[in-house]
Amino acid sequence: MAAEEVKLLKTWSSRFGLRVVWALKLKGIQYDAIDEDLSNKSALLLQYNPVYKKVPVLVHNGKPISESLVILEYIDETWKQNPILPEDPLEKARERFWAKFNDEKLLPSIWGAFTKEGKEREEAIAAAVENLKFVEEELKGKKFFGGEKIGLADLAFGWLAYLICVFDEVTGFKIVDERYPLLLAWMQEFSQLPIAKDNCPPHDKLVIKYQALYEKLHPAK
Amino acid sequence: MSEEVKVLGNWGSCFSRRVELALKIKGVEYEYIEEDVYGNKSPLLLKYNPVHKKVPVLLHNGKPIAESLVIIEYIEETWKGTPILPEDPYEKAMARFWTKFVDEKCLPALWRAVWSPENEREKAVEEACKCLETLQSALNGKRFFGGDTVGLVDIAANFIGFWLRIIQEATGHGDLLSAEKFPTLFKWTDEFVSCSVVKQSLPPRDKLLAFFKARVAEANASK
Repeated sequence: MAAEEVKLLKTWSSRFGLRVVWALKLKGIQYDAIDEDLSNKSALLLQYNPVYKKVPVLVHNGKPISESLVILEYIDETWKQNPILPEDPLEKARERFWAKFNDEKLLPSIWGAFTKEGKEREEAIAAAVENLKFVEEELKGKKFFGGEKIGLADLAFGWLAYLICVFDEVTGFKIVDERYPLLLAWMQEFSQLPIAKDNCPPHDKLVIKYQALYEKLHPAK
Repeated sequence: MSEEVKVLGNWGSCFSRRVELALKIKGVEYEYIEEDVYGNKSPLLLKYNPVHKKVPVLLHNGKPIAESLVIIEYIEETWKGTPILPEDPYEKAMARFWTKFVDEKCLPALWRAVWSPENEREKAVEEACKCLETLQSALNGKRFFGGDTVGLVDIAANFIGFWLRIIQEATGHGDLLSAEKFPTLFKWTDEFVSCSVVKQSLPPRDKLLAFFKARVAEANASK
């Protein structure tokens, strides 16, 4: 097999970059991690992702791919071991639907609850509660979103397993509470996976980062 | 094997028409069910898309799939024949990247620019035009985003290919997509709508123009 070069441009805390790390680790792919400083973007990042100038970017034998879900599908199609997506088209569609749901609905609503104030915050919380209900429903009878093994949707929702507790601590407000027992159980299961245990950013460092951000967004009156 | 394919859609929705275009490219027969998305949502829609309660929904042998781009990938994987995505994983990733760019950046920016109040218009138009310029670069000398034939990106950009010029006519503002500003993208819209399989999937021009003229009148009346 030809020598392969896999690089991943990310940051230490990027939740989208972490999905790609998990996928690479799951498949046992060797790669070079390049941690970016987003306040001072490298020439490499600007060259490899001129459209968004964001992380993560996967570079495979010199060819760059951006957008974490696009990267995950590319990884799955290129390295066949430990598949992230099932063979059956309907099951595949289900995984893609829920990955999109996280990215387009759940994550933005929880992020809105963290970042916004007043009426906007109330609306974000209400949306998050709605969204979490659907997610809880989807987990009925399943260990993971992918069934017995994790899949694309689990990797998309994975940020909940290590970041929600940080938000809880910083805001003093618990969004994923006992109304969602299946989701809480899933978070436990996910965080116990070797790929998660060995590869999550340090909790304390995350608390410092998000505490600083929270104080900046909500200055004490 | 007898197959049952149904589409819950709306005549004027570009998202709904994306799915119809994909099915026509594959030569798949389907039953179309028109949903009134502005009035009451039908029990069928609420049953088959409880999460988003939106069109389009594809029903294949009774199993529902929602979200137009998820549906198109399902169509690609289920029915062989004319491909919508390239074989090569890298080229596939590029197609998916640009499709996401259309959906997440271009369409919202264009929609904002179309409906923005006068005092915010200049900025909104500037942002939308930046998106169009970036999208134009993805054409890279090809006839379609998909190369010689219509592919995933072309299907996703159907709003730009057909709806946008009609909306510009309805609003009287031609400052978003024009042959002067974006010559190769403009040319692509002509190529797109003259494709026979695309033609079959588009709403009637007059009906769509009348619809948007009415929306413009409504928006002006409420000022």
